[in-house]
Amino acid sequence: MNARQDPDTQADDSALLSVRGLTVHHGQLRAVADLDLDIAPGETVAVIGANGAGKSTLLGALAGILRPSAGTIRFAGRDVTGLPAHRRVAEGICLVPEGRRLFPSLTVEENLLTGAYRRRPGPWSVEAVMDLFPWMRERRGQSAARLSGGEQQAVALGRALVGNPRLLLLDEVSLGLAPAVVQRIYALLPALLNGHSPAQGISVLLVEQDVAQALKVADRVHCLLEGRVALSGRPAELTARQVERAYFGPTRPRDSAA
Amino acid sequence: MTGHAVAAQAALAGQADKGTVKRGGRTAAWSAAGSGAAVAVLAYLPFAVFTSTTQTILTFFELVTLASMWNLLAGYAGLVSVGQQAYIGLGAYAVLAFSDWGVQPFLGVLLAALACAAIALPTSLLAFRLRGDYFAVGTWVIAEVYHVAVTRDNSLGGGSGRALTTLSGLDPTLRDAITYWVGLGVAVASVAGCYLLLRGRLGLALTAVRDNEVAAGSAGVDVTRAKRVVYLIAAAGTGAAGAVVLVSQLNVNPDSIFDVRWTAEMIFITVIGGIGTIEGPVLGAVLYTVVQRVFSGAGVWYLILLGSAAVAAAVWLPRGLWGLASSGRLRLSLFPIGYTVVPGRGAVDAAGFSRSGPGPRSPTRQGPDPESSG
Amino acid sequence: MIWVDALVQGLLLGGLYALFACGLSLMFGVMRIVNLAHGDFAVLAAFLAYSLATATPLGTLGATLLLVPAFAAFGYLVQRGLIQRALTVGPLSTLLATFGLSIVIQNALLQGYSGDTRALNPGSLVSASLHLGGGIDVAYLALITFGLAVAVLAALQLFLKISRTGRMLRAASDDPGAAALVGADARHLYGIAAALAFGTVALAGLMFAMRSSFDPSIGPTRLLYAFEAVVIGGLGSLWGTLIGGMVLGLAQTFGAQYDPAFTLLSGHLVFLAVLAFRPQGLIPARSMS
Repeated sequence: MNARQDPDTQADDSALLSVRGLTVHHGQLRAVADLDLDIAPGETVAVIGANGAGKSTLLGALAGILRPSAGTIRFAGRDVTGLPAHRRVAEGICLVPEGRRLFPSLTVEENLLTGAYRRRPGPWSVEAVMDLFPWMRERRGQSAARLSGGEQQAVALGRALVGNPRLLLLDEVSLGLAPAVVQRIYALLPALLNGHSPAQGISVLLVEQDVAQALKVADRVHCLLEGRVALSGRPAELTARQVERAYFGPTRPRDSAA
Repeated sequence: MTGHAVAAQAALAGQADKGTVKRGGRTAAWSAAGSGAAVAVLAYLPFAVFTSTTQTILTFFELVTLASMWNLLAGYAGLVSVGQQAYIGLGAYAVLAFSDWGVQPFLGVLLAALACAAIALPTSLLAFRLRGDYFAVGTWVIAEVYHVAVTRDNSLGGGSGRALTTLSGLDPTLRDAITYWVGLGVAVASVAGCYLLLRGRLGLALTAVRDNEVAAGSAGVDVTRAKRVVYLIAAAGTGAAGAVVLVSQLNVNPDSIFDVRWTAEMIFITVIGGIGTIEGPVLGAVLYTVVQRVFSGAGVWYLILLGSAAVAAAVWLPRGLWGLASSGRLRLSLFPIGYTVVPGRGAVDAAGFSRSGPGPRSPTRQGPDPESSG
Repeated sequence: MIWVDALVQGLLLGGLYALFACGLSLMFGVMRIVNLAHGDFAVLAAFLAYSLATATPLGTLGATLLLVPAFAAFGYLVQRGLIQRALTVGPLSTLLATFGLSIVIQNALLQGYSGDTRALNPGSLVSASLHLGGGIDVAYLALITFGLAVAVLAALQLFLKISRTGRMLRAASDDPGAAALVGADARHLYGIAAALAFGTVALAGLMFAMRSSFDPSIGPTRLLYAFEAVVIGGLGSLWGTLIGGMVLGLAQTFGAQYDPAFTLLSGHLVFLAVLAFRPQGLIPARSMS
């Protein structure tokens, strides 16, 4: 994976998601700068980085909530860079947003049903999600506003799954949740995602503050710093020191010589 | 204080000259002088021109006052009221009532303003229970209540209204001149009052509330109190304008003085002129007075034109004409109420980018704005 | 017995007010905006029905059947074309745009139809009444209006609760951004809400026109009654709107019994009382902050 831009890099169409030269601005600030990224079908990719590194902005651009100032996003061979957010579910991109964002005046079951609004054909359905989380079946009529953080996260996840995405985007799933809850949710991920061949599985791009969790579940990890990819690789191949340096950047005097 | 902060920032970022903070530049000084001159000229007019001209200009003064007050409410306090005609009517009837008790009507204008502020206090307790668009319609209902209540009082003329007779002893030309000067005084007081108010602590509080109400509240701004103060001041100013209307017309009709059309005019003037600026209502009033003179014969079509212009302005010109002038290259500000940081040479901003031209556009949200109103 | 009569008339009048109000309530619930031209669209429908009924063989019923769905479609277009643009500009813009619309409609009607009052002829229903004991006459028209109001409210409630689109409407009113993430185009959903609002207010305008005479200027007062009914009943609750309408109707008819000049004022006073002592309304469904 290229950490620096290469203007001649063609988008990789064997990949499910292929991002080239992505640049997203917040006012004058360039939150994502000239980013390249590929995700293969069935692959789980983690994006880590400090606050303000551009992680959530990247997800926002992939989900269609933010419009990039430059660059392309190709999904399953199609250019979706300018596609509005509400059309991306039908393409197969589902975002589980930061803070869950369930619909408070809807019940648990109704929240799951909203995920089916523009669902693609596939194995996931409201019933299948309830099989996975039996407590949802018991409390299907309860208002979503009364759920705990972990329960809301599960429902939000279920809502995205019901759409049968090909690419699942997870934005800071661990935010505001107890570590035990976070562990439980991440333990679920492999079971959720396929079970069959990787080509049939759901690709995941997850953004995480909890670096340890991210490294545990991901096939590949990218570390962002100031909007660019500072480090990429398989978790097993990366050292803690590499990650630390990529995470915080080379600001400490003793690193500048290295 | 702020100069030090800028200097510290600049020092952190590298070599740079110290920046400064200023409130108004040369333009502001010129505009202050210019405004003073304009007021002097206007004050002289009764000696120079016919009554028909001063009548038109008096209407202009009323509109400037009304629009400035509506702008204070909606543009600065975020309180969109479609019921300000309540205080126009109350102000007019207050002068009538006071004159029955022997008060000189010209003095009654001031008392009417105070009376309206007094009535606005309990009114606000009710009105503030509604938010956003519902607040707007609620003020309209309240205006209707005052309308009907006044109509039921026969001593004030009941449904057909009454005339103001206590000025009939005065020489008509003198009476018109004094009315004109009172109108001028009310208009100047309104605009100057807005300016001074917004330069002070209340203005700062209101700007904070306008940006983010919750954050302002947790920063110690008493949001409700700030809004209530503005509501009372706006009621007073609007009442004064209503009082001037009565004194100039010498009679009042409840259906016309409480007509929502007054609000339509206020809204139109403020929005076309430029909401959220002090200059906007004045500019809008000038434009409106001219248009009204030119098109007054066109009757219904004039109103259709006005309504269409309001719709167009809502969608395409939300910051009004003055907004165009003050946000483009001109950066014109005759009555500056904000602060400008003038960076020194070689300054850099927080992200490490040097201050050159405007940056790229911020990412546009696709689809409808998730931030809803109210 | 006059008081029982006032009671019955007031309750039935409430049905009409609820019809006026449900569209207002829906649009505010979904988009947080008030269409200041709400009442004027009802009056527009009434005038168009008058033209259709007198100039074509359609008659009042035919005009109604044609105009209600036509106004629904019109509402969708107005929402997508105008109100949506104003929505993205800012909170003041929708008030301003609809206020401007209100002025345009009133004056266009004035220009097209003059200020004379008109009436819509409901046919054989106009003089027919149900004669209950004790001198109480209930006009069939009033009964039908009330029945329509209940039916419309029930249908709306069902639509919101059960249907896919209704569910997404509720979701979009909670969080339009999150709704986009599950594939819902909030603009389309807002258009549906507006279509329902315009359709119901057109129906309300027509039912009103069949019982009273009307002229181009009465739009704003219809808006105020609709608004009062919503606030009295409770923001965010459709059945609350029916209750609110009935309470308003009762206040007006009882006030009229006391003194005909008191009719409107009694309604206003009840509104103010609710605002003062129970601002969430009689049947609050959820808090509107």
